[in-house]
Amino acid sequence: MIGVISYLVFFATVASILAIAVLGLNLHWGYTGLFNGGVVAFFGAGAYGTLMLGGAPQPHLGGFEWPWIFALIGGVAAAAVLAWIVGLLTLRLRHDYLAIATFGVAVAFENTMRNAQGFAGGAQGIRGFERPFREFAGNGLGWNLLYLALVLVALVATYLFLERLARAPFGRLLRAIREDEEAARSLGKSPARIRLTSFVTGSAIMGLAGGLYGTFYAFVSPQDVLPILTFQIWAMLIVGGAGNNRGAVAGAFLIWGAWTASGWGLSRFAPVDWQLYAGSIQWVLIGSVIVGMLMWRPEGLFPERVGEDRPQTGRTT
Amino acid sequence: MIQHLIDGVLVGAIISLGAIGLTMVMHILRFANFSHAELLSVGAYAAFVLGPLIAGLSGALEAGIGPLSLSWAVALAVPLAMAITGATAVLLDRIVFQRVRAKGGELSMVFASFGVALVMRNVIGLIFGLSPHLYSRDIAFAQIISYDPLIMVKPDQVAVLVLALILMLALHLLLSRTTFGYSLRAVAENPDLAQVTGVDLKAAIRAVWLIGGALAAAAGVFYGLTNQIIPVMGRDLVLPIFAATIAGGIGSVYGAVLGGFLVGIAGNLALLVLPPGYTPSLPFVIIIAVLLLRPHGLFGEARA
Repeated sequence: MIGVISYLVFFATVASILAIAVLGLNLHWGYTGLFNGGVVAFFGAGAYGTLMLGGAPQPHLGGFEWPWIFALIGGVAAAAVLAWIVGLLTLRLRHDYLAIATFGVAVAFENTMRNAQGFAGGAQGIRGFERPFREFAGNGLGWNLLYLALVLVALVATYLFLERLARAPFGRLLRAIREDEEAARSLGKSPARIRLTSFVTGSAIMGLAGGLYGTFYAFVSPQDVLPILTFQIWAMLIVGGAGNNRGAVAGAFLIWGAWTASGWGLSRFAPVDWQLYAGSIQWVLIGSVIVGMLMWRPEGLFPERVGEDRPQTGRTT
Repeated sequence: MIQHLIDGVLVGAIISLGAIGLTMVMHILRFANFSHAELLSVGAYAAFVLGPLIAGLSGALEAGIGPLSLSWAVALAVPLAMAITGATAVLLDRIVFQRVRAKGGELSMVFASFGVALVMRNVIGLIFGLSPHLYSRDIAFAQIISYDPLIMVKPDQVAVLVLALILMLALHLLLSRTTFGYSLRAVAENPDLAQVTGVDLKAAIRAVWLIGGALAAAAGVFYGLTNQIIPVMGRDLVLPIFAATIAGGIGSVYGAVLGGFLVGIAGNLALLVLPPGYTPSLPFVIIIAVLLLRPHGLFGEARA
């Protein structure tokens, strides 16, 4: 029984962390119409940043032993800076450039982390991170429960922040640019600047997810920033419904559940000589989910509800 | 140094062939097709299957052509692989991209192309296994061209370069000398106006997929010939091919050719100063450099 609870706590923690990243992607794609092909780079910047700033001294760069919360903020800032650079270069061009550049930044990020031994620990990654609150929560289930609560607080905070943003004038502006850029421009708005704000904010949220992920495992390596994570996070948003934050969170739990279940099923029931191909089968499944949803139900299971976006305070326009 | 330059030109020819098709699709359908590089795998594996089948017709075909490790059978399989891959591209458009286009915007197309790439790459891996294959077990010996500085070139590499240049010339003639070429350009410039003047839009889109797929197949076979045939070749080539289209300017066929050579040469020259582990990052550096210096590429035009 305790094993089941432990596992559920573990599952919920990872799913909630991924849900935060999905919310960040929703700001990009759902609200602003930006394609982010390198979610994992911003997630990774958050994780690496947090562990480098908060970790114990290491042979590689980092190990500044910052208090956890400051290290986490530093990780978020690292993701934001990375997004700012990529966005500045690409957002004034047609949308393909952002798609290609973000995909490229993810490839380059993983590749650099894997090779830069002196900078980020290379293929061995970064370990030696002091988990926060260990003094009074211990190391076992107690800590896991406390951390789950912490992650849930972060998830709810992100959710509320984005919901407010969606209803604020800024959210309406984002949708205006997504639907008709020329019209927004004619009203004196600067689409490039607003897109950059949205891109950096969404990437910072992905960085937050990465920082929480790195803290949870107290370890990050190039294996944590492989492209598969980007596709998983996309599938979560596409299934959940782009433009709907509740859908994004539901999609995260659904897809992460399906992913772990399919992985478990394949390792349990697939013939031994198929085990080598279990990864390939899972890739085919996630690719099919993405394509199938876009073909048959592009609005996702929980479509965007435009009516809700109206200000509820009774303001008249 | 010269050796790296030569290797770069040979790799560049392969990247160019891939980039031509990609830039054409991006120009006419206006979306970044991340599944394009998987067409290279389709072509490479199609020739890998067809080669032995053709060799089965006559034993004489199994022999290599002159000093090449490329056999007559595999060489004859190339046009067939190009046709199969072109047809695959058309089919993918019919089954997936057309529907996504009808339901969503360009952004959905980009997402869908990633999904298609994942499915294609891994289905190929499931069918043919994850380990690499070769067209021929014969070892292709490099010829020493010069001892000081030491320069070595494999006959296969020269053959690949010549064939790639012939294909590019053929495409150039097709685009610049035929009515069909004009109608393709008209569609790219202004689809509505082209239709008014009697160009069949659907046929034009089909033709672009067909050409893009065929050239990708040739690139895939050439890559397999000079490296190896492996399911992840699309994954490894997608970023260099995109870098070539951006360097050349999205939509420009000639830009894609130049961009391909640029990416190939830059990638090989970088080996002089960077550890080889960083090679996968290089296309990204090129993309960033192009965006900083000349955002619309060598031949591109600003277009929303």
